[in-house]
Amino acid sequence: MAVTTEGNLGSAQDSTAAAVGAINRAKKFDLVFSAAGILVMVIAMALLLSLIGDLVIRGLARIDYEFMNSFPSRRPERAGILSAWVGSLAVMVTTAFLAIPIGVAAGLYLEEYARKGWLSNFIEINVSNLAGVPSIIYGLLALGLFVYGLDFGKTILVAGMTLGLLILPIVIVSTREAVRAIPRVVKEAAYGLGADQWQVMWNYVIPAARPGIMTGSIVGLSRAIGETAPIITIGALTFIAFLPPSPIQSEFPFVSFAWLNENFTVLPIQMFNWISRPQPEFHVNAAATGVVLMALTLSLNGIAIYIRYRLRRQYRN
Amino acid sequence: MLEEAMQTEKTPAEKVGDVPPIPAKEEFEQLRAEIRNLDFYYPDSFQAIKNVSMPILDNRVTAIIGPSGCGKSTLLRCLNRMHDLYPGNRYKGEVILNPEGINLIGPDADPVMVRLRVGMVFQKPNPFPKTIFENVAAGLRVRGVSNKAVIAEAVESALRRAAVWDEVKDKLHKSAYDMSGGQQQRLCIARALAPRPEILLLDEPTSALDPMATAKIEDLVQELSESITIVIVTHNMQQAARISDRTAFMYMGQLIEFGPTDDIFTRPSHPKTEQYITGRYG
Repeated sequence: MAVTTEGNLGSAQDSTAAAVGAINRAKKFDLVFSAAGILVMVIAMALLLSLIGDLVIRGLARIDYEFMNSFPSRRPERAGILSAWVGSLAVMVTTAFLAIPIGVAAGLYLEEYARKGWLSNFIEINVSNLAGVPSIIYGLLALGLFVYGLDFGKTILVAGMTLGLLILPIVIVSTREAVRAIPRVVKEAAYGLGADQWQVMWNYVIPAARPGIMTGSIVGLSRAIGETAPIITIGALTFIAFLPPSPIQSEFPFVSFAWLNENFTVLPIQMFNWISRPQPEFHVNAAATGVVLMALTLSLNGIAIYIRYRLRRQYRN
Repeated sequence: MLEEAMQTEKTPAEKVGDVPPIPAKEEFEQLRAEIRNLDFYYPDSFQAIKNVSMPILDNRVTAIIGPSGCGKSTLLRCLNRMHDLYPGNRYKGEVILNPEGINLIGPDADPVMVRLRVGMVFQKPNPFPKTIFENVAAGLRVRGVSNKAVIAEAVESALRRAAVWDEVKDKLHKSAYDMSGGQQQRLCIARALAPRPEILLLDEPTSALDPMATAKIEDLVQELSESITIVIVTHNMQQAARISDRTAFMYMGQLIEFGPTDDIFTRPSHPKTEQYITGRYG
């Protein structure tokens, strides 16, 4: 093609022709890349869908009122997941009440209050690292500290604390990111009115960061709900044929926290337990439990997406 | 009153780098604030303001003009301690607020207290994601006002002063984001006015607006200057000429010339000022 050296700059037509050649080559690369991308995506989705499909085909028919309202039993047709889903719910509530306030406060402090220096950088890096620590390590920590060290027992409270520690980095990181994404002008407008730091945090920063904080928290919880390893490590029982006492009482003071000190089981443990049985009927039960667990996780994620969508719209100028 | 105020000033040439004398008591009425030998450093030790001294007259519009990066916004943000929001910024010198004569950038002055007295409107309209009513009420709520009748009255009065009442009186409880850019900026002015600050700072308030909205803001600034002291930063020289009583011309962090607006634009005493206003750079 036209060689564009000094004194020999090709004509306009020549350089256009050269450009057309380059563009055609680039288009070919685009095509190849798109095809490869679609292929990889189809394989990944097909694997995931076949897993989910297999679980649903085997388990869905087993889910009925009886299954949801029965305790585990030696006979597979009479066994149910009542204590497991109640346990999962109780552990999730405990986890949320522990991890979200502490995580949001820590994230807000690190982002807005802490002086920036080597120490805050060190903490920031390590908080992110904590998010990548394998969950069984948290289980071992909880076993040593909460179960043996502090002698709390193998209770719902300990499970909530363990999973709370596990998702704390997720809540902290998402809070920091949400706070950092708030436009400077919004904070300056509030400060410019004479608001002090607490007023700015409480009335402007937290409301504006709420979509990010809630999304991060729910994503954290949906990870916690499927965690098995740390719960097994702290010694959750696999066979629970009773429910924890109700948090609402008919007598004064009407609320009770006795359920926090009860033994428990959760859905993934119940599932794990049934899979390790030899009888194929129990495997059907496990598949049904898996469907319930997956439905819970997916609906949590769905709620997170909905909240993000709704609140973001409110904050768009 | 204007004549008296002008007599208290020195000629522009004398002013640069000079410490103005502390004004006599009876002149406090005229001199709302005074910047004395102000230096300002950003965290990288870049000196953005170099030894600036200038008066700010009571119930007048003071315009600060100059090319991009000359330090005019930085100077404005010294007046309400906005720089304190970011670590590492340093002030030197004094910003005296009359009548008490307190130094706004002194170690004893609380930045929050300063901002309660010196309101600010920003370059881009930045209403809160709340209703129109709550936007204007925000400054009162920050001050702990909770009486509904008092707040409602203050909100209406501020919206009227900001000449936006007629346009929003039927949708006070709609989101401020439903307004046009020009309306949003007047809402921001109402928000700043509602807690009745002593000085109102405007940082290029019309740079994001169309000519019609700009004209409305300019009319508003002139009306407001009868009842409040205004300092406005603008990159638009015609705007400064139209609405201000005093003009400060800054260049590379220094105050090159300060004086009555007519003098600055008709017979500037410094060659840099003349070059700038005749459009030879900027």
